[in-house]
Amino acid sequence: MENKNNIALSVRDLKTFFYTNNRCNKAVNGVSFDVEKGKTLCIVGESGCGKSVTAATIMQLLPTLSRIEEGEIKFQKDDKIINIEKLEKNGKEMREIRGSDIAMIFQDPMTALNPVYTVGFQISENLKYHTNLNKKEIREKCISLLNDMGIPLPEKRVDEYPHSYSGGMRQRAMIAMAMACNPKILIADEPTTALDVTIQAQIFELMDKLKKENDTAIILITHDMGVVAELADNVAVMYMGNIVEAGTADDVLRRPTHPYTKALLESVPVLGRGKNQDINPIKGSTPDPYNRPIGCQFAPRCNWQTESCDVMPEITQINETHQVRCHKYEQFFEKYK
Amino acid sequence: MAKSSLDKKFDQIRKREEEKTFSTKKRSRIVNKFLNNRLAVLGLIIFTIIILASIFAPLLSPYDPMRVDLRSMRQPPSFDHWFGTDSTGRDVFTRVLFGGRVSIFIGLGSAILSAVVGIAVGCYAGYKGGWIDVIALRISEIFMSFPQIILVLLLVSITGQSLFNLMAIFILTGWGGMYRLARARMLSLREEEYVQALRSFGLSTFTICYKHMLPNALSPIMVNITLSTAMFILTEAGLSFLGLGVPLNIPTWGNILNVAQDILILQNYWWMWGPVGIVISVFVLCVNFIGDGLRDSTDPSQQG
Amino acid sequence: MKKEILKLRGVKVHFPVQAGVFNRVVGHVLAVDGVDLDIFRGEVLGLAGESGCGKTTLGKAILRLVEPTDGEVKYISQDDDETELTSLEKKDMDPFRKKLQIVFQDPHSSLNPSFTIFGSLQDPLKKFGIKSKEERRKIIGDLLEAVNMRREYMDRYPHEFSGGQRQRIGIVRALCLEPELIVCDEAVSALDVSIQAQVLKLLMQLKKEKNLTYLFITHDLSVTEYLCDRIAVMYLGRIVELCVSEDLYNNTLHPYSEALISAIPVADLDKQTKRIVLEGDVPSPVNPPKGCPFHPRCPKATDICKTEVPTLKKYSTNGNEHYASCHLIDLPEIT
Repeated sequence: MENKNNIALSVRDLKTFFYTNNRCNKAVNGVSFDVEKGKTLCIVGESGCGKSVTAATIMQLLPTLSRIEEGEIKFQKDDKIINIEKLEKNGKEMREIRGSDIAMIFQDPMTALNPVYTVGFQISENLKYHTNLNKKEIREKCISLLNDMGIPLPEKRVDEYPHSYSGGMRQRAMIAMAMACNPKILIADEPTTALDVTIQAQIFELMDKLKKENDTAIILITHDMGVVAELADNVAVMYMGNIVEAGTADDVLRRPTHPYTKALLESVPVLGRGKNQDINPIKGSTPDPYNRPIGCQFAPRCNWQTESCDVMPEITQINETHQVRCHKYEQFFEKYK
Repeated sequence: MAKSSLDKKFDQIRKREEEKTFSTKKRSRIVNKFLNNRLAVLGLIIFTIIILASIFAPLLSPYDPMRVDLRSMRQPPSFDHWFGTDSTGRDVFTRVLFGGRVSIFIGLGSAILSAVVGIAVGCYAGYKGGWIDVIALRISEIFMSFPQIILVLLLVSITGQSLFNLMAIFILTGWGGMYRLARARMLSLREEEYVQALRSFGLSTFTICYKHMLPNALSPIMVNITLSTAMFILTEAGLSFLGLGVPLNIPTWGNILNVAQDILILQNYWWMWGPVGIVISVFVLCVNFIGDGLRDSTDPSQQG
Repeated sequence: MKKEILKLRGVKVHFPVQAGVFNRVVGHVLAVDGVDLDIFRGEVLGLAGESGCGKTTLGKAILRLVEPTDGEVKYISQDDDETELTSLEKKDMDPFRKKLQIVFQDPHSSLNPSFTIFGSLQDPLKKFGIKSKEERRKIIGDLLEAVNMRREYMDRYPHEFSGGQRQRIGIVRALCLEPELIVCDEAVSALDVSIQAQVLKLLMQLKKEKNLTYLFITHDLSVTEYLCDRIAVMYLGRIVELCVSEDLYNNTLHPYSEALISAIPVADLDKQTKRIVLEGDVPSPVNPPKGCPFHPRCPKATDICKTEVPTLKKYSTNGNEHYASCHLIDLPEIT
């Protein structure tokens, strides 16, 4: 492994289960990954694969009928290492971490801001709680944050209510709020899914800038392989609660080794390849989480399924950075040599 | 750290899941949630008992609720007369049973009929919009801007006392709430894509709004019907107590209570008004429990 | 020779904006503001643009799910009979509703939760004269099989189906009266990527089998490029560029299309291009900018763009017709 000091957050064998209707849904079932400072980790997967639950677990923002079963979430705060999973959900320490050390932005900027308070007030809440700045300094900080996010006329905009912001501006205000205390980790849960592509491009530009200037570690959750190709340094592909393949963007996009990753890449049309490109849909649909396949979760939809797939494959380290959870990875990886 | 009860429950569920012994009974989630609500189930049981008792009143009591028996006036509860007798010797228990028939009929009947009127107008107006909606909305606002009890008193004194007048008045004053509820549901359902799809086939307004949209608006309406049943029963009891409800010769819960106007009876003969008062309260409470239970179980945002 | 199925001329849809105590009309949302468009039989025409550009409204205006404020929508039958749809009485519209159908975006709200699939699909069939229940069941069953689903599914309720399956049922509904043109309003946008491809393939296969024409409304240009023969790009209620799909990518004429294409993240590390990041947001359609509606965000804007509204002009690229509305195009106009 690389230099330990570079790792901002390290998750090991994390399991988060949901308990509704007297059934247990293993939403996140043994997930491990590291997030490096100043790097973007993209967690990719379809809806229901557990990517958002992973994010909520790190923030300890899980609903009542769910809990962290096993595993470790180690967060490097200054020189100490804090085990987030051991903290109380709404205890003092967790609240101190939330917002100031780890911040989160959400998918829908239309509902993530409170319509009855000004944007400036909502940003300053965070500063009031986590810093010792006085009123005037807080206001100046708010304005400079909005300015950094590229919001025109921040002195005026700071006193406006969310309804007078457009979708893209609200998402910027959200990011401003998240960045207010210079968090070490920014978790972005599908931050641009609700936005138009031209606005998405603006937000991406902004996130790239933040990463470079503040050395923030970013966890970006998305379903779009295009976004991954644009932004990711490292990628983790999730399917039904497991990470099936992880590695650098180069590893995963150029040398996809898990059948699911391959299929995912082949199933979307790529702009510029024209009408004659071949897209291959994945057969079937994602299984019911209460009625999971035995062994490898992807097996029933996989074109290379064999009997050995009835046992859940272990994670195999192909090289220093690239790991995969498949019995037959070798036959795919051979081709890239 | 001690395990909380929630944690223990989680452990159980997880164990069952791992042993694959979870119950696979297919019961709707709504029914399940309702049955898990103890108050609602209790309410439903008592509600059923009271209704059955009223329906089968002649089988349960040997007396005639109307027959005056001057030899047994104002008798306290005994084995012969469970709730005692009133000033003219009528058996109070029998009167409560028969009174329940009329009171529940008025309550439930007015609630259902006002719902029918409210839904019929609300669905159409909510879906169509335009001037029909504006007019219906204004009329309902006019009715809702009077204090209901005063409006009812006024109308009763104009039309005179009778059971059907009373129901008509209840419907007239009660449809507004239903109308607004139905209209609000329709306004949000109107934007659903399946409604647009039906419109793209050019189906008639009537089919779209009553056949395809209404079933999706029913669950909050059902809750509201139960709650307004309780309200109408209380209003009937109040009016009859004042002597303005159902004519006094018909036994209703309110009319039985009416005797408590006399200070002498209130002080000395508790059995003439006590039991019926309790029955009214229990019944209304049960209906409210059922209503709350229904509301919780049909609300998808509440987990069970 | 290509034959038109629909001709749109100057179609406008304006929604009144009301304010104040007396609901006075204080302005209009110019959702669709003068669109001329021909749709040819058997083609897939893509309609692309960002949210609020009026693409969905235009699609619905064709079916008269929203009433156009102005303009003509002409339907041309196979025997070359022209009918103007917007001036028809409601009931005279019925024969054309059979020919024009729509598939919606959201698989969760597009099916009625209280009815079985057969229950919600049978009424349109009944209306259009299929009286016997057996026959209706046969039609719906056959179509379910055509979209790779089982016949028995027609007696199930929508909540038993996954998003992709629901979308296929939505397609069955659109197909049940054997239409000629289907408006696909973001038909794959709400689906998971692995399901999206299934539905796209299905749509293409059905088009071949049933000789359909699609108006494919989407914000996703990579899907349009794969699926469509021609693409129209809309911005603030107007078409800014209309051309053969290869040309939109290879010979982009309008700066907006260019920015749109560059902004789309591509899942291919070898094809990473520099993003053209547009400043600001899409202006409000209540109060569109004077001149070219795109000029406040356009990196190339000059003085003429601020004053004069460009019209859609015809050019030629790669020997194909190519329409664009921009003052700054260097090609000779074809008249």
